[in-house]
Amino acid sequence: MTRNRPLDPAWLRGMTMPRISRRDALRGGALLSASALLAACGVEGTSGDDAPQESGFWASQTKAGQLDFANWPLYMDTAKVGGKTVHPSLEAFTKETGIKVNYKEAIEDNDSFLGKINPSLQAGQDPGWDLIVITDGGSIEKLIRQNFLTELDHSKLPNFAKNASPSVKNPGYDPANKYTLAWQSGLVGLAYNPKLTKREITSWQDLKDPAFKGKITMFEGETDFPTSVMIMMGIDPAKSTEEDWKRAAEEMKKLKPQIRELVDNSGMAEALSSGNAWISQAYSGDIYQLNIGGSPDIKFVFPKEGATYWTDNMAIPKNAKHPLDAITYMDYVYRPEVAAQLVEGIAYITPVPAAKEQLQAKAAKASGKDRQTLEDLVQSPLIFPTEADLTNVKRYRALTVEEQQVWSGIFQPLVQS
Amino acid sequence: MSARSGRGRLAPYLIGLPGGLWLAIFFALPLLVMFSLSLQSGNVETGFRFTWEWSNYTRAWELYSTQFIRSVVYALVVTALCLVLAYPMAYWIAFYGGARKSTYLFLILLPFFVSFVIRTASWKFILNDQGIVLGPLKEIGLLPEDYHVLATTTAVLGGLTYNYLPFMVLPLYVALERVDPSLVEAAHDLFASRASAFRKVVFPLSLPGVFAGVLITFVPVASDFVNNSILGGTSTTMIGNVIQTVYLTHNNYPLASAMSFLLMAALLIGIFVYARALGTEQVMEVAQG
Repeated sequence: MTRNRPLDPAWLRGMTMPRISRRDALRGGALLSASALLAACGVEGTSGDDAPQESGFWASQTKAGQLDFANWPLYMDTAKVGGKTVHPSLEAFTKETGIKVNYKEAIEDNDSFLGKINPSLQAGQDPGWDLIVITDGGSIEKLIRQNFLTELDHSKLPNFAKNASPSVKNPGYDPANKYTLAWQSGLVGLAYNPKLTKREITSWQDLKDPAFKGKITMFEGETDFPTSVMIMMGIDPAKSTEEDWKRAAEEMKKLKPQIRELVDNSGMAEALSSGNAWISQAYSGDIYQLNIGGSPDIKFVFPKEGATYWTDNMAIPKNAKHPLDAITYMDYVYRPEVAAQLVEGIAYITPVPAAKEQLQAKAAKASGKDRQTLEDLVQSPLIFPTEADLTNVKRYRALTVEEQQVWSGIFQPLVQS
Repeated sequence: MSARSGRGRLAPYLIGLPGGLWLAIFFALPLLVMFSLSLQSGNVETGFRFTWEWSNYTRAWELYSTQFIRSVVYALVVTALCLVLAYPMAYWIAFYGGARKSTYLFLILLPFFVSFVIRTASWKFILNDQGIVLGPLKEIGLLPEDYHVLATTTAVLGGLTYNYLPFMVLPLYVALERVDPSLVEAAHDLFASRASAFRKVVFPLSLPGVFAGVLITFVPVASDFVNNSILGGTSTTMIGNVIQTVYLTHNNYPLASAMSFLLMAALLIGIFVYARALGTEQVMEVAQG
């Protein structure tokens, strides 16, 4: 009976190979398609197309009589007329040019604002704004790199050519002002209340004084705090390396017990005026506005190790609906009298040095308290810094998108600890 | 006849269809997209590619383990505080509220009529270092000059407890309201003291409420980010804040998604263990209302 029978090949295969039932096949298929599905969820990059601007772009533009302008809060001169807040310099612009300005304080923060308009920019659509104001030190560079801005026609910008300060012409982040013009500049230094600190503050090192434990606020976000700490350590932030960042992170850890909380600029104003903070990292113009707004004690200092100098830049997003109206306005603010009006209203560093003479002339005509205010403005190094003041300013580190991830990995866990 | 029974069999599915579709489109699909994102690599300018990048998860933990652990600890503390505060409140309303029960419940819900952010921000005003509470206490020397509540863990825990208290009160009230007072009387008739009547009759009967209350307080508290951003200081950041920044500000979608999934996993495991410990019948009872 037991005859040596050759093995049935089918049987052999069945015994040795893994058996795939129909159910398994379906399951495998499902697994495969699930991972295909996962892979299909990739996210496109945000960079725009690389096509250069058509040469006839500006020639084909016409005035629309409308300008949609997104700016930061408290960044425009204001006056009260019949209980309503108006912007005199914008009204004068409308009167002269017939361009109606839809002015909105739409920008609270570079990143979140850009996050909002990025989808339209990416899709090559009108982002809803003809003019935006974006800070250097990463954000404006990002827009330029992604080809999201309209190239400017400098033949339409005679006032800029004539009146702009050399410090805002041809900046490192935008050679030959191809895409941007400066709106205002400012400094990141320290502000303090001498009545509470009971001594003068002159240096970033003063933050380490044990007497100020828990009485210091610094800016939230991952840019200003680390940048100022690098300046304290004698590192030029603009040229800093990954090693420097790690050293700065160590220093920030040591400073942490001194710090009460990390704040945005309105939080800084609130903390200083309420007395919750004695010393705070601060923007120069904000402190001027705090002084005239009811907290005269608070002082801004240019720390002896240096301060960060930043510039907010006007730019026209690609595919904006009214570019000619926007560029007309960009040139308008480079008139000395308009620049002077802005200095009076917001007290930042103006890109138009001739505004100084305008203010001096106005002071000579004014009297009493008004005259004093105008003279203070003219003499303030925070608004008209001298060459000597500017030798000690530092710029933000301009980060590529890859460097940004390294930077965030080092600093974000510290600023949100 | 057969047509009718056919429709009868289909009816429950049809009723569930709108809600089911809603969940599928607005919950399941985004969840899948987020899971995919959490395994991608790249950056926002050049785009993200799906590469099974599991290192997003390890990186999220390496960078932000402190904030993860803190969120869970805060959620545990706040849930316990809410329970301790809410139980007597719900008990009192359920057993002694009389005709005004609904008025009391309305009062508990009243804060909800004010925006979450405004409610929290008003704490900032009240607890200011020199404000209406601390100012006078410092003046009469009861508190040292540099004492402050804002920007501390206490402030964040206080804000969280305040904001989530109603979530605990309502389910407790519903459970306690269903306890028949005659059961308590019966316990007394059988010589139970007030304490043991509570311990052996009322409390066990209110357990479904406790279970539900703990659940719907713990989960949102663990992922809250408003209280810390308004009341917090330098060492109170919760994981919700980090996820928000990494997603919206850094546009590092993979890292943020990985963090969200870690948080979700931690919460699900916690709930599972908790449900097992309390017993599934409690869960079922809650589910059945």
